[in-house]
Amino acid sequence: MNVLLPNSLAEACDFCAKQPDLIPLAGATDLLVHWPLRQAEHDKTYLDLSKLQELRTITWSANSLTLGALTTYWDVLQDPRAKSDFPLLIESARQVGAIQIQSRGTWAGNIANGSPAADGVPVLMAYDASVALTSKSGTRSVPLHEYYTGYRKSVRRSDELISAISIPLRRYDFAVFHKVGARRAQAITKIGLAMTRESAKPATWRVVANSVAATVKRCAAVENLLHAGAPIRKPEDFAAAIASDVTPIDDIRSTADYRRTVMARLLYHSLKGVSPAIS
Amino acid sequence: MHRLEGLSKLSGAERYLDDEPLEGALKGCLWGMTVRSPISRGKIRRIAYGAGFDWSKFVVVEPGDIPGPNETYLIENDQPVLAPGYVRHMHEAVALVAHEDRNLLRRAAASIRVEVDADPPALDFRVAPRADQIQRGSDNLIKKLQIKKGDVHAAFANAYKIVEGEYETGAQEHVYIENNAMSAWIEDGPNGDVVVVRGSMQCPYYVLNALKHALGRDETRVRVIQAPTGGGFGGKEDYPSTIALHCALLTLKAKRPVKIIYDRSEDMAATTKRHPSLVRHKTAVDKSGKLLAQQIEVILDGGAYVTLSPVVLSRGIIHAAGPYTCENVLIEGKAVLTNSVPYGAFRGFGAPQTIFACERHMDRIAHALGLDPIEVRRINLLKDGQTTSTQQTISGGTDRHALLNETLRVSAYDKHKRESEAFNKTHPYLRRGIGIATVLHGAGFTGNGEVYLNSKVDVGARPDGKIEVLAASTEMGQGTNTVFTRIAADAAGYDTADVVVGVPDTFRVPNSGPTVASRTVMVVGKLVERAIDDLAAQLGQNGKPLRGPSLKKAITDWHTTNPGKELKGRATYTPPPNVKFDDKNYVGDAYATFAWGACVAHVEVDLRTAAVRVLDFTAMQDIGKVINPVLAKGQVQGGVVQAIGWALSEEFKFKDGGMLNNTLTNYIIPTSDDVPPIRVVFHENPYPFGGGGAKGVGELPMDGPAPAILNAVAHATGADARAIPLTPEHLLPLL
Repeated sequence: MNVLLPNSLAEACDFCAKQPDLIPLAGATDLLVHWPLRQAEHDKTYLDLSKLQELRTITWSANSLTLGALTTYWDVLQDPRAKSDFPLLIESARQVGAIQIQSRGTWAGNIANGSPAADGVPVLMAYDASVALTSKSGTRSVPLHEYYTGYRKSVRRSDELISAISIPLRRYDFAVFHKVGARRAQAITKIGLAMTRESAKPATWRVVANSVAATVKRCAAVENLLHAGAPIRKPEDFAAAIASDVTPIDDIRSTADYRRTVMARLLYHSLKGVSPAIS
Repeated sequence: MHRLEGLSKLSGAERYLDDEPLEGALKGCLWGMTVRSPISRGKIRRIAYGAGFDWSKFVVVEPGDIPGPNETYLIENDQPVLAPGYVRHMHEAVALVAHEDRNLLRRAAASIRVEVDADPPALDFRVAPRADQIQRGSDNLIKKLQIKKGDVHAAFANAYKIVEGEYETGAQEHVYIENNAMSAWIEDGPNGDVVVVRGSMQCPYYVLNALKHALGRDETRVRVIQAPTGGGFGGKEDYPSTIALHCALLTLKAKRPVKIIYDRSEDMAATTKRHPSLVRHKTAVDKSGKLLAQQIEVILDGGAYVTLSPVVLSRGIIHAAGPYTCENVLIEGKAVLTNSVPYGAFRGFGAPQTIFACERHMDRIAHALGLDPIEVRRINLLKDGQTTSTQQTISGGTDRHALLNETLRVSAYDKHKRESEAFNKTHPYLRRGIGIATVLHGAGFTGNGEVYLNSKVDVGARPDGKIEVLAASTEMGQGTNTVFTRIAADAAGYDTADVVVGVPDTFRVPNSGPTVASRTVMVVGKLVERAIDDLAAQLGQNGKPLRGPSLKKAITDWHTTNPGKELKGRATYTPPPNVKFDDKNYVGDAYATFAWGACVAHVEVDLRTAAVRVLDFTAMQDIGKVINPVLAKGQVQGGVVQAIGWALSEEFKFKDGGMLNNTLTNYIIPTSDDVPPIRVVFHENPYPFGGGGAKGVGELPMDGPAPAILNAVAHATGADARAIPLTPEHLLPLL
C-alpha cells in the first residue's frame, strides 16, 4: 500500500496533478471494510489528507456555513449553532454508522465516495449546498445537486479535490429527514428522504432521496407537485412523480417496489397537514 | 458467583486463536486457506492454480493426500473432507493451500480456478426434485420419521371445525462473535507422532472421531484441545471437524504448524446454518377450541449432505405438537437433500421451526373460532398425567397454567392489549399489538441418545487438595466453567476457589459428550456431582463420604502416602428410572424431562415502512433450579435477541445456491437499539436428576419469540403472516 501524505492543500493538488489515479482519504471509514479480501486495492496509491488540518474547519459567515473537507460528522454534532440552523445535518450525522464512524467520517468523503446510499449527502442537497473543487489551477464551485453524473461518477476531475462544502444560510419553515434501514442503527439506507421548504415567498421546496437511483437524487417532479399545490389525498398520489424522479432497483438490501411504496408513504405522512393541499 | 473468565473477556485479555502469537507450538506456522467450489453441483474438471505464483513454495493438499477415507465422520459418512472430483454445494471445500505470508496466500488462493461441468442442482426443498436433480435414493430424502397417536382421520370426520395452515422459516446464521478458527501441529508420542489440533469448538470428541477416521489414526496419535471459543450456538458442533481435518492435512503435508482462520464472509458462506422449514398443520377442534386432532407435516431443507439433519428432524417433529394435550396426533417429518451448504445444528435444533408453526397456528385457530388466543392455550396446555404426541406421560409438578398466568401478569398483557387497541384508533401510521407463545423444550439428547452417548466425567483430586473437573464439555461463552465450578464446590462442600475446571483436551478429559442440546448443566453437571460423590466415597470411612475440609485433608493425606500417583473420582451416565423410548416407533419418553416456557411480545408496526419494532418482551421459564441467575438470565435474553433476528430481519439471499449477503452489513442481526427491555422470570421447580436440580436452559429461549412476535403483528395490523423472517419487504404486501 502506497500512501502519500501531503502537508498542505497545494501539495495535495500537486500530487493529484501528477498522478491521476490517486484515491483521496479524508476519514478512511470505507477503506478497511473487508480489506483482507480486497488485495488488488492494496497496490493502489492513497492520498492521505489527514495532515491538512486547515481543512477541518466549520466557518459561519453572514450568508453561509462552510465545512472544510476534513470536517467530521462528530464536529458538526458538537457545533453549537448547527442544531438550530441546520437540524437535518444533526439528524443525519447521528444515523451514520456508530460513534466511531461519526468521529472519523467526513461530509466531503461521503460526497466523494459517491454511494447512492450516502446519508450525509441528501441533507446537504436539501439545504442547497455546493461543493468547492480545488486543483492547481484554482477553485470552482458546483451545486451539489449537479455534482453527480452517474453511479459513483461526478464532475470532479482527477486533478481536483473537494476542499469545502458551502451551505447557504436561509430560513426554512419545514425540514425533515428519514432514513429507512434494515434495523434501527448501524444500517445502510434502503430508502432515505430529506426535505426542506424555504419560508421565502414563494416557498421553495427541495426534496432529495437516496438509495432509489444511481446517485443521491433531487426529485424535481415531486418538488413541482408541491410547488403547484396539487391536491394529494393518499400516498399513491405521489406515485407518478416518484416514477419520474427515481429508478429504484431490486438488490441485496431491498426491492424496487418497497422503495417506491415507502417513499410515497414517507412523503405523504411527512407532508400531511404541512401543505394545505395535502390532507 | 461471578463468571470466571468474564473480566478477561471484557478487558480483551482473553486470547482467541487468531490473537495467539506464532510462538511455542505455533513457531514457524503457516496460514491455511480453502479452495472452494464456484457452483452448486457438478464434476470438477481441473483445479487450475493461477499463473504468477511459485506454487512449489506453497503447500497444496488435494483429496489424494488424505491418509484414511475421504469422509467426515458423523451420522452417515457421506460428506467428503475435500470434494473428490464432484461438488454438491457452492463453497464446498475442494483443495487446501498454505503459506507463511498471509497476504500472498490470499492472492494466490484467489488466483485458483476450479473448473467444473455443472449438473442441475436441487435448490428448493419445498418442491419434488426432477429426475435430473435426484442425488440420493429415488427422491433425495435424507430421513423420514413419523409420530402416531390415536386416529386423526376419525377425529377429522367428527370435528366442529378444521383449521389448516402452512408455515415457513428461513435459514439462520449463528454469527458467533469469533469466526471458525483452528490450528494444528505435530508432537512426538509413545506410539509415534501425534497430530495435535487446537481450536474453536463445542465438541472435542466429535473432532477427535473425525480425525481418527480420516487420518487413519487411533486416539493415542490424535489429540484435540479446545481453545477459548467465542460463541457456538450449534455452529461449532459439527463444522470444526471439517476445519480441523483441513488443518491436520496441511500440517501433515507441510510438517509445520498451520493455522486456519476464516474471515467473516467465508464463515457465513461456507459453514452450517439453521435448517429452513416448511410445516403444514391440519387441526380438528371443538367449539371451545379444544384440540381433537393434530396432523402435522414437517419438511426440512437438509442441504447437500446428511450431517445432523436426521436428529434435527427428530427433535423438530417431537416438538411439533407444542405443549398441548391431544388424543389424536399424526406427525410426518422429512429432511430433504438439496445443493445448499449443509444445514446443521443451531440453538433449538429443529424445535424453534416446528414451534413457530404450532404457535402461529394456535393463534389462527383462535381467530377462526372467534376465541381469545390465551383461552385456546389454556384449554389445551398439558397437565401432569396427560401425554405428549409420543405418549410420554408428563410429570414433575410444574403447573403450566400458573406459569401462563404469571407471564400475563408480569407482561401486563391485559393493560398493553387494551392500550394498544386504543392507540391504534387514533395514530395515523403506527399500530401496536401483543402476542403470546407457550412452549416446551426437551433437554439432553433425544430418546435413547444419552444412553448411547454413555457420557463420562472425572474429577481429579490434586496434591494441594483442590478438585479439578475433567470433562469434554466446553466453555464457549455460555458459562460452563462457572457453573461446573459452582456445582462441584457445592457437591464437595468446597469454596469455589478450590475448584478448577480443566481445559478440554482429549489426552486429559474423558468424553462427557458434546456441548449441545441444553445438556451441559443438567446431564453433565449431574455427572460432576456424582464423580465428586465417587471421590468422597473412595476416601470416606465406614461408607460415610467426606465433605469440605475433611475431604480436602483426606486428599492431601492420600497424596502424601501415594506420591506421584493420580486420584480421581469418576461417573458414567445412567438414565433416570422409568425413562423408556422406542426409537423405531417414536413412542415413549422422548426426553427425560422438558423445560417449559411462555412469552409475550408487545410490538409496534410502522405502516409507512412496514418495520416491526418489539417494544417489550417477557420470557418466563421453568428450567428446574437456577444455578447462576445472571448467566441463566443472559442465556434467556441472548436467545430472545437471536430469535428476534430470526423472526424479523435475518434473511438469507441466495444466488445459484450460494449465500449472497455473507457480510454483517447485509445479513441483518439486531443491534442493541433493536432490542426491547426483556423481562426474564424463572419459575423454580428443582429437577432431581439434573445437576444442582437444573434442567436445560440454552435453547428454550429461542422457541417462543418468533411466533409471539408474529402473533403480535397480527393483533396490531391484522396481517396473517406465516413465514419468517418477516422483513418489511415481506410484511408490506400483507398490510
